[in-house]
Amino acid sequence: MSAAWLTRRVLLTILTAWLVATIVFMALHMVPGDPAELLLSTSGAMPDPAAVAELRERLGLDQSIMTQYGRFLAGLVRGDLGNSLVDDYPVLQEIALRLPRTLELIIAGTLIAVIFGIPAGVYAAIHRGGIFDRAASWVTALLLAVPVFVVGTLLVLLFAQTLRLMPAGGFTPFAQDPAQHLKLLALPAVAIAKGLAAVLFRMTRAATLDALAHDYVRTARAKGLSPGRVLAVHVLRNAMNPVVTVLGLQMGTLLGGTVLVEYVFNWPGLSTPLLRAVEGRDYPMVVGIVLTISVLFLLINLVVELVHAAIDPRVQS
Amino acid sequence: MKRRGLARLAIPGAFVALILLLAVAAPLLPMPDPIRQDIARRLAGPMPGSWLGRDEFGRDVLSRLIWGARTSLSVAFASALFAGLVGVTLGLIGGWSRSWSASFTVRGVEIIMCFPPVLLALLVVTLLGPGAATLILVLSVLYVPGFARVTYAEVLAVKGREYVEAARALGARPSRILFRTVLPNIAGPLLVQFSLAVAAAVVLESGLSFLGLGVVPPAPSWGLMIRGARATMEQAPLLLLWPCAALTLTILAMNLLCDALRDWLDPRTTDH
Repeated sequence: MSAAWLTRRVLLTILTAWLVATIVFMALHMVPGDPAELLLSTSGAMPDPAAVAELRERLGLDQSIMTQYGRFLAGLVRGDLGNSLVDDYPVLQEIALRLPRTLELIIAGTLIAVIFGIPAGVYAAIHRGGIFDRAASWVTALLLAVPVFVVGTLLVLLFAQTLRLMPAGGFTPFAQDPAQHLKLLALPAVAIAKGLAAVLFRMTRAATLDALAHDYVRTARAKGLSPGRVLAVHVLRNAMNPVVTVLGLQMGTLLGGTVLVEYVFNWPGLSTPLLRAVEGRDYPMVVGIVLTISVLFLLINLVVELVHAAIDPRVQS
Repeated sequence: MKRRGLARLAIPGAFVALILLLAVAAPLLPMPDPIRQDIARRLAGPMPGSWLGRDEFGRDVLSRLIWGARTSLSVAFASALFAGLVGVTLGLIGGWSRSWSASFTVRGVEIIMCFPPVLLALLVVTLLGPGAATLILVLSVLYVPGFARVTYAEVLAVKGREYVEAARALGARPSRILFRTVLPNIAGPLLVQFSLAVAAAVVLESGLSFLGLGVVPPAPSWGLMIRGARATMEQAPLLLLWPCAALTLTILAMNLLCDALRDWLDPRTTDH
């Protein structure tokens, strides 16, 4: 891939990240009324004016908006996301502790989805109209319809509550007990994987059928290549382009789903402090975590695009 | 082909229509009050007048399911409608004028798509507090870019056609051309977009309510019912299954309806 194209992509991602940060910053100032008052008010009761004044000062709301924006951006560049309003704990430290656990869940979920979704899609396309194809198309429709927290809750009901095969949720550090760690990872990872697996199945199946219909496949067959080689070299290589694109697009849903799944399984990732902060109106903590996950989404899409370009040189034009 | 398309529309369509009807008619149906508690009948099984039993506060489950549909669907339809109004207007103006600022606005709202939806919603809930009004606001904001993008693309595709040229040659004002000539011709894709937005809004509403950050209790909502039933999963697993089934079947029917609508209205997409 050309250096110019790569630079442009990276710059575009940085620009988007800046826009995302700006929107998050503006959110506090776009709501009508005094944000400090709004954050302190509970069910319509007027908050204490002294507390409002103090919060205004802590959030820097007493300064001009440009000063606030400048300080916000400067903080981001330095990696300073401010401190929690509840316990004054640095937001960045909380994220540094929790992010690896969330990432682990995302990676495990993506792997499960890829391992099941893509081969199943290829198989269904080759045996189009067969029993597997028809059954799988119903299963995917169902998987796409069940919300991720419903899948999580039902998995707990079935495997933990009824069959008593798996723990209902929780977390054990890998270093402490690897087997228990993986056992606790399994159900949440499956829950996260369900939607992505269904989308990957559909996309792989459609893309494989599409590739199979091309002239180059007929030519490859006509010149006597073995079916396996035709599939691997001619069909799959071309079918994987749209699949990779879809993988990137689906990451937004997957990252949002992680918040719900972590809650269902008590997985101590970013979701726990995020939900606590939303409930407690702990604005800096919410902003820090929302920004982290949104930037993660952008980075994943950048990586997906690079992979895409590596598979298919046409992308760069 | 057309005939098969209609059959594929009819079954999920009838199911969605039934749910809509139940949701609209909820106040007229002879059912117990969905928020009236009766602690003595806590977790009671099915009984006359309460076919699906009672929940953890002794409230009637069937009544809460039907009122829950009303909550979910009104939030979903309201937000899809608001998003549609704003998004379509932006897309029409952007696509028609093609001025730098209008196109910039259409591209600009797409930045919303850079956020995972749940997270943007949580940010707004932090500021405004949970509740149906917050949900409608957030969901509308989330689905504006989809409408703007589709409208923009469709207007660009349609505006060179002869019938638009003809309307222009007749001296019609741009607003008249846009609303009387262009809009009816791009109604199909917009309808598909609308159904997609409603289905997505039902999913997101239930998820946020499940987290306790959407609809405020004691109002009935499927997400809240699942949240509540989780605590009593051991004693009353059915309590958990009813709202899960209602939610999943509704979304399934809506998804199938979206697919069928798209295939029916847009012959360009081929069904493998």
